Amino acid sequence: MQKSSRFVFSALCFGFAFLYIPILVLIAFSFNQSAITSVWGGFSLRWYTALFNNEQIIEAALLSLKIAATSATFATILGTMAGLALTQMGRYRGRLIFTGLIAAPLVMPEVITGLSLLLMFVSLQELIGWPLSRGAGTITIAHITFSMAYVAVIVQSRLSSMDQSLQEAAMDLGGRPTQVAFDITLPLIAPSMLSGWLLAFTLSLDDLVIASFTSGAGASTLPMVIFSKIKLGVTPDINALATLIIGTVSIGIMIASWVMFRQSKRN
Amino acid sequence: MSDSKRVLTKTYHQPLGDKLWRNFVIGIPYFWLLLFFLAPFAIVFKISFATPIVAQPPFTPLFDFTANASQWLLATWDNYRFLTEDNLYWVSYFKSIKTAAISTLICLLIGYPMAYGIARATSTTRNILLMLVILPFWTSFLLRVYAWMGLLGKNGIVNSLLMNMGLIDSPLQMLYTDMAVYLGIVYTYIPFMILPLYATLEKMDPSLHDAAADLGAKPWQTFIDVTLPLSMPGIIAGSLLVFIPAIGEYVIPALLGGIDSLMIGRTLYDEFFVNRDWPLASAVATILLIIVVIPIMLFQRSQQEQE
Amino acid sequence: MNNENTIKANQSAKPYVAETPWLDPEAVPFIQIKGLSKQFDDFSAVDNVDLNIYKGELFTILGGSGCGKSTLLRMLAGFETPNAGQIIIDGIDMANIPAYDRPINMMFQSYAVFPHMTVEQNISYGLKKDKLAKAEIATRVKDMLELVQLSELAKRKPNQLSGGQRQRVALARALIKQPKVLLLDEPLAALDKKLREQTQFELINLQYELGITFVVVTHDQEEAMTLSTRVAVMDAGKFIQIDTPTQVYESPHNRFVANFFGTINFFNATVLSTDPEAQTLTAQLEKTGTQLEAKAEGRFSASDEVTIAVRPEKISVSQERPEGDHLTITKGTVEDLAYYGNRSVYRVRSQSGRIIQVSAQNNQRSEQLVLEWDDEVYLSWDSSCNVVLSE
Repeated sequence: MQKSSRFVFSALCFGFAFLYIPILVLIAFSFNQSAITSVWGGFSLRWYTALFNNEQIIEAALLSLKIAATSATFATILGTMAGLALTQMGRYRGRLIFTGLIAAPLVMPEVITGLSLLLMFVSLQELIGWPLSRGAGTITIAHITFSMAYVAVIVQSRLSSMDQSLQEAAMDLGGRPTQVAFDITLPLIAPSMLSGWLLAFTLSLDDLVIASFTSGAGASTLPMVIFSKIKLGVTPDINALATLIIGTVSIGIMIASWVMFRQSKRN
Repeated sequence: MSDSKRVLTKTYHQPLGDKLWRNFVIGIPYFWLLLFFLAPFAIVFKISFATPIVAQPPFTPLFDFTANASQWLLATWDNYRFLTEDNLYWVSYFKSIKTAAISTLICLLIGYPMAYGIARATSTTRNILLMLVILPFWTSFLLRVYAWMGLLGKNGIVNSLLMNMGLIDSPLQMLYTDMAVYLGIVYTYIPFMILPLYATLEKMDPSLHDAAADLGAKPWQTFIDVTLPLSMPGIIAGSLLVFIPAIGEYVIPALLGGIDSLMIGRTLYDEFFVNRDWPLASAVATILLIIVVIPIMLFQRSQQEQE
Repeated sequence: MNNENTIKANQSAKPYVAETPWLDPEAVPFIQIKGLSKQFDDFSAVDNVDLNIYKGELFTILGGSGCGKSTLLRMLAGFETPNAGQIIIDGIDMANIPAYDRPINMMFQSYAVFPHMTVEQNISYGLKKDKLAKAEIATRVKDMLELVQLSELAKRKPNQLSGGQRQRVALARALIKQPKVLLLDEPLAALDKKLREQTQFELINLQYELGITFVVVTHDQEEAMTLSTRVAVMDAGKFIQIDTPTQVYESPHNRFVANFFGTINFFNATVLSTDPEAQTLTAQLEKTGTQLEAKAEGRFSASDEVTIAVRPEKISVSQERPEGDHLTITKGTVEDLAYYGNRSVYRVRSQSGRIIQVSAQNNQRSEQLVLEWDDEVYLSWDSSCNVVLSE
């Protein structure tokens, strides 16, 4: 057993090193005075100041945050409904297709989703005049579409491990299906819904390909701006941006873990 | 008799509200997905038969009944013909599948031991490790790929380090190669491999190991006879979660790949945005869709078996 | 004891007075199950069963896992729709009536106490769904808490309660709605032995005080015998025997039922003669030739092959041949003995080679076991203890 334990341990170390070294390097060089990444020119915050003065990036960041929050919220609502529909509502015609519609977005290559949605918007515009122009709205719709599948999977997984008899007990005591859903089911899956929201938020914030396809003039999301910059090569102010994002997310996750830890202790 | 406001009479009528709720909960997400996920594929298919023109939108309609009789069918196989004739596309499709397959394999080889190690850890360590696996995922993937650009470039960290250590004389070409693409895909997708694997391994009964050992199996044999077969659902789910999207991956080949790392996602993107040839891009997408349909169905089957 | 009176006053009907309503041809069953069937794919879980349960009964459906009892219970509650047949409760057909509108409440095996609500909120849930006035709900909850002795724990959450306390919450939650029928799914399964005994008596008393018809489903034959007014033994989707506990134990209809309750000895025998007037027959045990008398309803005739069943506790062991009328006597050698403190169990190999199990109360305070291995003994029992089974 010892040999395999050592193997597993070294695999873990290698794996985590692989995952984190690029990130750590990124952070380190965001403080580099020199613009050439391989040369350390001294500690400096100049890239951070450059970042805060860059209006294009700030605007794009705000737009991305707006789109992310909106799409996450709707994706959570729709995804939870889908999760309920697939686990609670028994059999109905078209259920198999529905499971396919929820599974496929999880693995569908983004170029296909992006292109197809754009062409859909164009066709809709021809047919019914909406959407008038593509931009934040169409990006949001696109993000809702693929994010809801992720939320659905999370909610489904929680629902299938939940004690079925809780909902039956509520029904037995006189709760109609709507009442059971709001009194019992939703409170119990609330943590999963929150995870789903956070996941949808991240996916939206991070998306480049689909946003590129479904966007229009004047609506540049943060990934789109970053991508156009880094296509040409490494630029240090992006390091600063990366560090800020990574820092915010890490702090957020650590706070969340600490809160969850405290909660479980209380129970 | 309870004094509830609901009195049970001999003839019972089910209130309408119950049926409505059910239809509402099922119907709305279903309809959304049909409209914004499934129907668009039909449109892609339709436009793959159009011809590109300079207009808004930049393609012709399929039928034009105002023109004379011989000209009414504007739909054409041209795009598909072009795809089959030009070698570039065959190579792209094949290369994409090959790259995705190799990357998936590497992900599996790195990810399996990691998932295994996390599953065997104690509760607190396990949660910390899981958090560490998920953390990079919550940060921008674009920026993490960008990090590799900095590491692998001619003036990048790795080259500088190797030269300073005297191991090489001139910088290695690491960026803009196929290796860089493999690296990028593995790096980005590895959480998708680890998490399903972990989920399956975690559910496994540890006493199965002990039983096998008790019956005389060496650790390696226990792994092959017991652990590996039982973790197959996780392996399949994780592999499909990496393989299928990787086929159509755009960002990683665009940033880390060279001119000869032809991935179909990049080809499609360039046809669309650079050449402004929407119909051709649609044809490319249709073929790609046909390629991934079967793996997607396999994925859906594996998800269902988990229930 | 004021609480029970308050609750009883809300009952419009008094607890059923008659002792054995199932014997009364005029009595109308409170629960009528007619031709009820339920299939899952190819498998028939409940196979065309009929059952009548009378008001005020504590009725138990007993069977092993997979026999269909849970499916039957769920159909009563409204969680499964029957493929065929009817369920009529107090004259109203339950067809198409969903669970939330039936005058039935259930105590689940897992208790299903809502984890995100306090004890109080759990208990009041059903009344809130009935849209009762807040003040009314508060009073009834208070009374119910006292009845199940949970008043001090009203504000606690389920994860702060013991298993037994959670069960009482589940019970209170169901009873507070004053249902016509209370269904209980394996009510004692999760409790340890001491708590089980205590809860058994509490349930019986509660049922008697409130006069609600209880239908219990269990796999535990002890539970079935102690709790019930009547037991229905179920196997493979059908009822094998429906009788009082005494009758099921002492007069089983076949081997299956006989074996279900405690231990029993089976002897193969051939009928020698029958006496239709006295409703008895004489039979000869195979191989040993021991002759015995037994009570049997007239469905047997001479030279029929039958099984004679005798309970271990009915058999006496002695070293001398016993004297007396109406005794069935046979001989054997003590092969095994086990001492249980309050009783001893002997396994005696009879002359036919069969092992006969005997259970004797240790009603003498003695340090020495009277019998030892390989002792030659006489086994005897009153012939009225012979049960004749056709299979």
